[in-house]
Amino acid sequence: MDEARPLWATPLQFVFACISYAVGLGNVWRFPYLCQMYGGGSFLVPYLIMLTVEGMPLLYLELAVGQRMRQGSIGAWRTINPYLSGVGVASVVVSFFLSMYYNVINAWAFWYLFHSFQDPLPWSMCPLNGNRTGYDEECEKASSTQYFWYRKTLNISPSIQESGAVQWEPALCLILAWLLVYLCILRGTESTGKVVYFTALLPYCVLIIYLVRGLTLHGATNGLAYMFTPKMEQLANPKAWINAATQIFFSLGLGFGSLIAFASYNEPSNNCQKHAVIVSIINSSTSIFASVVTFSIYGFKATFNYESCLNKVILLLTNSFDLEDGFLTVSNLEEVKSYLASAYPSKYSEVFPQIKNCSLESELETAVQGTGLAFIVYTEAIKNMEVSQLWSVLYFFMLLMLGIGSMLGNTAAILTPLTDSKVISSYLPKEAISGLVCLVSCAIGLVFTVEAGNYWFDIFNDYAATLPLLLIVLVEAAAVCYLYGLRRFESDLKAMTGHALNWYWKAMWGGVSPLLIISLFVFYLSDYIITGTLQYQAWDASQGQLVTKDYPPYALAIIGLLVASSTMCIPLGALGTFIVRHLKQGDTASVA
Amino acid sequence: MVSSLYCMRKMRERCRQTDRHTPTPVWPQLEPSGPIFTPCLFTLPSVLLLFQYTWDTNEEYLFKAMVAFSMRRVPNREATEISHVLLCNVTQRVSFWFVVTDPSRNHTLPAVEVQSAIRMNRNRINNAFFLNDQTLEFLRIPATLAPPTDPSVPVWIIIFGVMFCIIIVATMLLILSGIRQHRRKNKGPSEMEDTEDKWENTVKIENGIPCDPLDMKGGHVNDAFVTEDERLTPL
Repeated sequence: MDEARPLWATPLQFVFACISYAVGLGNVWRFPYLCQMYGGGSFLVPYLIMLTVEGMPLLYLELAVGQRMRQGSIGAWRTINPYLSGVGVASVVVSFFLSMYYNVINAWAFWYLFHSFQDPLPWSMCPLNGNRTGYDEECEKASSTQYFWYRKTLNISPSIQESGAVQWEPALCLILAWLLVYLCILRGTESTGKVVYFTALLPYCVLIIYLVRGLTLHGATNGLAYMFTPKMEQLANPKAWINAATQIFFSLGLGFGSLIAFASYNEPSNNCQKHAVIVSIINSSTSIFASVVTFSIYGFKATFNYESCLNKVILLLTNSFDLEDGFLTVSNLEEVKSYLASAYPSKYSEVFPQIKNCSLESELETAVQGTGLAFIVYTEAIKNMEVSQLWSVLYFFMLLMLGIGSMLGNTAAILTPLTDSKVISSYLPKEAISGLVCLVSCAIGLVFTVEAGNYWFDIFNDYAATLPLLLIVLVEAAAVCYLYGLRRFESDLKAMTGHALNWYWKAMWGGVSPLLIISLFVFYLSDYIITGTLQYQAWDASQGQLVTKDYPPYALAIIGLLVASSTMCIPLGALGTFIVRHLKQGDTASVA
Repeated sequence: MVSSLYCMRKMRERCRQTDRHTPTPVWPQLEPSGPIFTPCLFTLPSVLLLFQYTWDTNEEYLFKAMVAFSMRRVPNREATEISHVLLCNVTQRVSFWFVVTDPSRNHTLPAVEVQSAIRMNRNRINNAFFLNDQTLEFLRIPATLAPPTDPSVPVWIIIFGVMFCIIIVATMLLILSGIRQHRRKNKGPSEMEDTEDKWENTVKIENGIPCDPLDMKGGHVNDAFVTEDERLTPL
């Protein structure tokens, strides 16, 4: 008996699902970095332009396709054109890679969350060395937060070749993360629809609390001023525009098939144009909002470090020259230094190498992105706040909500085509299919918990999704406009929703957005080709910092395999359909 | 060499409140050893770095008493007296040299012995002056850092266990209720068919004649057309 397709209980659930999927960790840890690197306030110009020209049209396209075809990505693209079933398969493969490595971030968030219930926070102090005369050597060279991340959380090996064993602590957290994801997707839209209320709304609550706290921190205004002072010359830098386009593209999660899956559970008469505009605007506003919070925290951390540095210099001089305590202050430091240099030149030259040049700008300029920002820089700022356990718990809870929200979309992209397929769903119920997918992803994800796991994580993060997605979305846009026909699609949408298609969307889908994607694609390819060998950052325990190393040949082979396995699905799918049709035609011809 | 400006500032505030004269910090210097037996040129084993709002002879006496106390706890040195501890070169920053002589006052005790004695009683000495390792420093005596308290079961495992159990229980509940719903759905259509048949039977019985000769609810095949179907040859 054919069951009616499950639907979202209310359109609000659909909007929340899209928001919780699109608003993810990239909004928190990538956008502030880009803002800082490419001119602060002036980065908003290319960002907003790309949003209207690239983000909104492509988002609307995916939602419209999903709502019209009412199937997951494989079925939807097969319906548009039988030769395009490979596009759907490519989306599923990329989503599978993404879900494998993305949940490891949730595992790390769990790890930090569980460790936040201690006093003092474990990353605020260095552990002692063997004979208790001082601190651990690696911790001394790096900082306590870096040590906690690289040694206690990851237990990272010096290079990718030395794999090491599976670390049981992150492995346990990974299993827990997958269990939580399974719990949320177990019943399909019924359970997902309720969970997205939390995953969409709770991060905003935490961000607002952090905004209020962040703005009242000492030194927050330094960070905000630094971020928002526009550096107009960056507008002429093509990299700023490319990065803005890339950020919009990946932040909205286009091409994974998740948006198609979510939209397929909509009522056909749903106004997806309105929802597309709402979701993309909310996603970008959240990025800007999160970067305000991040920069006030940056400013606090930079000011704190700057003032500690100054205090250390004052102490050193007071000790060396037997000055009265309180004589040296921040305001007269420079004059006293010059006086001492002239009055006691020999002694001053002894002490001089130890005097550090403290600069607020250099503290602010340490731009970090990715896991480094989330787990090292933020924890360093949190450990200096009052009631640091509370702030730590709130922060990692927010990271967890953001991560789980994105995972719901990823798994929906994989599960919707599987449950749509009559072959599989006749043998197994929905719960069993979800369970199998989670089990397989978890088992493979244990690779990221070995000692070299973070290096493999970086490989997946940098290469598994970037190029294939650009290709997938390009083919999608071209297919809808030229293979299926823009007029046909327009009449479909009008029949479905009752609204006519605005000329703006037609112009963007037909011309501008595909051109943008082609230029991004060309840029990335040329970038990879020009740089030659790919390199990665490895943690050197003896120096307490990151060093650059080359990837070994087998890692390069795996990178190639990752990119090829998803992109090759598109031509292979077309070829497969062609062969099957040819064979069928041959059969019917022979019978007649 | 760490001194705490913060601590100093706090003490100065206290000083202002109690209306004492502004303190002049004193800081001991480590001078190279000398063989001459003069009070100020001993081989000085350690140096005291001290921040305090006043440093007078009474405080010096207390310090000597604490050092003597530490030495007396060393076996073989129980006879150390306060007069055996000598201070010299007291500077404005509250720093000075000190040595401990043996009872005959002929030579000083080896530095290592004094260092280990002070190290063992560091806590008592700190507390006597209401200071800590950051504000009262002995050069060349590394502080024995207190290890962070490690609970027997790491806290994170407890919280992990709690979350794990909650999630497993919730998952089991959802799966079981899903299975129950599935079973109810499977039973449901067969029950519905039984009631429909009964209803049709009662209709027929009640009136003696069928109420609705064209009753197609049960999907019954009309017997009148069966033979015709049989006559038709299949394609």
